[in-house]
Amino acid sequence: MMLNGLIQFLTSLRLTVACLFAAIILVFFGTLAQVELGLYVTQEQYFRSLFVFWTPEGSNWKIPVWPGGYLLGGVLLANLIAAHIKRFKFTAKKSGIFLTHIGLILLLVGQFLTEVYQVESFMRIEEGKAKNYSEDGRGNELAVIDVTDPNQEKVVAVPQSSLVKGATIDIPEFPISIRVKEFFRNSVPGGPMVQASGARITATQGTGLRLPFDQQAVTAKMDDENKPVALVEVLADGTALGEWTVSTWLTKHPWSTYLKGQLGAGGSLIGPQTFQHAGRTYELALRPVRYYKPYTVKLLDFTHARYKGTDIPKDFSSRIHLSDPGENVERDVLIYMNNPLRYGGETYYQGGFEPGDTVSILQVVKNPAWLTPYLSCVLVGVGLLVQFGMHLTGFLRKSSARAKGASGAPAGGHQPPTQGQPAAVPAGAVNSAVNHSHSNRNS
Amino acid sequence: MKQRLPWIVCGLFALWVLSALRPAPKPGGFALAEFGRLPVLLNGRVQPFDSVARNTLLSMHGTQTVRPAPGEASGRVLSATEWLLELMSKPEQAGNRQVFRVESLELRNLLDAREGRLGQLAYNDFSQQKLQDLEQEARRISEKDSQLRSGYEKDALHLAESVHLYHRLRNSLRPENSQHFLEHLPDHPLKASLTASESGEFAGELKLYKQLVPVAMTLLHKEAAGEEYNQADVQLLASFFRRYEPLSRFAYPLIVPPMHPDVSRDDWSNIGTSLSESLRSGEVNPALDYFARMDSSFRKGRSDDFNAAVAEYRQWLQDKNLTPELKKGQREWLFNHLEPFYKSMTLYVAALILGCVFWLNFSHPVRRTAFYLVVLAFAIHTAGVLFRMFLEGRPPVTNLYSSAVFVGWGAVVLGIILERLFKDGVGVVTASTIGFVTLIIAHHLSATGDTMEMMRAVLDTNLWLATHVVVITIGYSATFLAGFLAIVYILRGVLSKGLTAETGKSLSRMVYGILCFATLFSFVGTVLGGIWADQSWGRFWGWDPKENGALLIVLMNAAILHARWGGIVRDRGLMVMAIAGNIVTAWSWFGVNMLGVGLHSYGFMDKAFVWLLTFIISQLVVMGLGMLPPRFWMSFKGNRPVDSTPKLSHRGGIKPRTA
Repeated sequence: MMLNGLIQFLTSLRLTVACLFAAIILVFFGTLAQVELGLYVTQEQYFRSLFVFWTPEGSNWKIPVWPGGYLLGGVLLANLIAAHIKRFKFTAKKSGIFLTHIGLILLLVGQFLTEVYQVESFMRIEEGKAKNYSEDGRGNELAVIDVTDPNQEKVVAVPQSSLVKGATIDIPEFPISIRVKEFFRNSVPGGPMVQASGARITATQGTGLRLPFDQQAVTAKMDDENKPVALVEVLADGTALGEWTVSTWLTKHPWSTYLKGQLGAGGSLIGPQTFQHAGRTYELALRPVRYYKPYTVKLLDFTHARYKGTDIPKDFSSRIHLSDPGENVERDVLIYMNNPLRYGGETYYQGGFEPGDTVSILQVVKNPAWLTPYLSCVLVGVGLLVQFGMHLTGFLRKSSARAKGASGAPAGGHQPPTQGQPAAVPAGAVNSAVNHSHSNRNS
Repeated sequence: MKQRLPWIVCGLFALWVLSALRPAPKPGGFALAEFGRLPVLLNGRVQPFDSVARNTLLSMHGTQTVRPAPGEASGRVLSATEWLLELMSKPEQAGNRQVFRVESLELRNLLDAREGRLGQLAYNDFSQQKLQDLEQEARRISEKDSQLRSGYEKDALHLAESVHLYHRLRNSLRPENSQHFLEHLPDHPLKASLTASESGEFAGELKLYKQLVPVAMTLLHKEAAGEEYNQADVQLLASFFRRYEPLSRFAYPLIVPPMHPDVSRDDWSNIGTSLSESLRSGEVNPALDYFARMDSSFRKGRSDDFNAAVAEYRQWLQDKNLTPELKKGQREWLFNHLEPFYKSMTLYVAALILGCVFWLNFSHPVRRTAFYLVVLAFAIHTAGVLFRMFLEGRPPVTNLYSSAVFVGWGAVVLGIILERLFKDGVGVVTASTIGFVTLIIAHHLSATGDTMEMMRAVLDTNLWLATHVVVITIGYSATFLAGFLAIVYILRGVLSKGLTAETGKSLSRMVYGILCFATLFSFVGTVLGGIWADQSWGRFWGWDPKENGALLIVLMNAAILHARWGGIVRDRGLMVMAIAGNIVTAWSWFGVNMLGVGLHSYGFMDKAFVWLLTFIISQLVVMGLGMLPPRFWMSFKGNRPVDSTPKLSHRGGIKPRTA
């Protein structure tokens, strides 16, 4: 009984309608919220969540007030699939609805896969330079690099999420471990003259010895980002080798450039921070997560054209050289707006540039589900076209029949139905909406 | 007679439309239309002087013609081109024309301009002191966050920008104050070559400059060779350079065509740049001679000379192999002149009135007349859309302005089809209403500037403009049409006895059918938009406000259809929901664009926002009416069962029901 009830519930059209309305409300408020919270936080709170929570001012409660995107998407998907399993038989008449729903399922599943598997990163290249890695826009890592061999670096990366105050991180590849003595998610460099107002980090080695960092409130703004800083102690064989400050301030463009400019002659402070142990040289850096590729991308030329007499951008384009010795690929590619390069399971877009037009920023996206919207669009489009087309032709046939009948037999909307068996709902319901005489008979 | 009435009325309107094709008038014998067709480059595209004039006037004043100055004897309305020419050539006279619009009372007080027609000011109404005050005020305001500007501040900034543009236009055909400049030039033998009449105008200035350019060349050679050179030459050259160099940043449209179009067609320049460049290249662009002649002859009222100068300039452009640019100017001039959207707007109003008359007296010739008028209006509307596409070389929708034009167009197509099918005036009334309203919206949007502006890099793709944008805009059209049909249903039902069982049924069919159509187009359009985003930004969906707006329309349409299929709503519910679709669509179309302005600011109370809010409230009112119990509906009082549609099964929407 319970199961029957559940099935009834899961397959009902009322559930569909309720979910669609809940989604309308969610999307509407999820749009308004962007004004205050910015796109990223809104996405997390409204769309990539099971519930939208409300926190009354001055409390720590999280009261769920509305279903979130994952929940609504999930229920709609379950509703669709359940309804089809339970009672949908494939017939020519229902082929349109069938195709539409398959397309929708594909779209929802595809978007879920995208959420899970999509990796977005950036490749910032100067003209004439080449890169074999892209960098994450938000995620950072603590990289420990063995730079002893000038021809080959060995990198071990610890994700930023592991940098918790008091944690000790073993680096099994190297004979060292790292203890996190302090960590701020957002920070600002404090000059030696500036008195720290809150918590401050100063190191015993390297850059942090002379350049302290102060804690800052975490930001959620679109055009701003958090600049984490950590004080790490390097341990080898149980003894401490020293404490270093690591921060994206020191490694990530354009902050590092900005800092160098601010420090003037002291800008030389900002260089690789290295230490020696057991005859090997290691480097420490907190930097954007890097995704290494088995190929290199070299920027040959970046162009930025404007319309004559205006500042309206006409075109951005990057001419690159793609070099993949493993696959015997050596070719030039022109990447421009609406014309990305798809290579090696990744897509390279013209993402941005820096003033001066000599630095191009390519956006690199890896999304195994990228094709699903294309398929879904075709399926739903054809499905709706078939379904509504059948109604339309049916309606036209009937109205022309009615027009002919008007001269002879008494006319009106209540003539007996011409078709024998009303089609299944929703096709049947559609008929009833389009032609009332059918539904009259139904009742 | 009754049978011929529709054709006669339609024919008269058609004659009125075609009357625009008669030869353009020549006020005072001046071939102003010929001048208005001449090509210039502005906003990155070749356009005629006429477009420059119209767009400037629209942004400054909101009109495309200028009324006679107060107290002017010959009270003639000026065309945009004539006003522009007057401003460029006879600024003293143009200064009396009321072309500035000031709405805020506070601003009028600041300018001490309480006199005069409401909101209308002429340049000569401002004293020098007031202009400086305004400029200072504008500088203060422009430093303020645009979201926090008050109505007064926006008005002040707009006025300051208009005045700036006005100044720039005054120096666009020729630099101002030639007489003063020539009088104060350092003494030089070359000055003697000027006749008395020449020394008061740009033609004389140009004549002197043309003699000076070769001098500058030899001067440069001498300097390079280390030879002695004449100080008086240097002095004279310096005076010219000081005059032209700032002008290159000030003169507005680029009116001087490229000297070598075979090398670079884009190389148009304004008079300042062209004149200063001459010192480098050693040649003065001959186009300047023609412009100087047009200027002198227009000032002196010598129409024959003016017309000859324009004709010779055209010939010169042709010889320069700039025929495509000339043609572009002519075509765009024709488009401006025909005003297809204004004409079809008028026709929609006429059709709307006749449609309403039909509902009062049910006279079929009236309905047919209204229907023919809608078709005629639609034909002109279509011609306008096609002409714009041809001029731009783009699909129909490229910006908010053209989306308004196209939303109306799409709704009218569907309305005409409905009228053909049902022949009950409903299609006519809804089509003409939407056609009229959207064209009014477009008209107001056009006041923001050039409506054929160039496309930014990311939008510069005819493929996606032709697919995603067109499809989604038709989705808007259909959703609006369904909503307006629903309004007809509710208003007729509640306020009149006109909603019979039959009309109710046919309206319900129309709304349902149109909603199906709307669902198809808004869904496909939205997904195509996502695919475009995937092509250009690397993500299919990003929850951006505009994307969310499109999604809302899809969700709304899907919700309505499923509610209908599930029997959760019947006819009245369908209508109420379809009107909610109007709100969602209006919000997606305009509301999301206003979000960036910020919720907690005066800025949010923009004029457009007030209109949007008014629209939403009106829709809520009609929805409220629709939800009144049937006994309050005039059409239903004791007549018949309310909803002829039976309620379908609640549960198991996808369950087959057999008879």
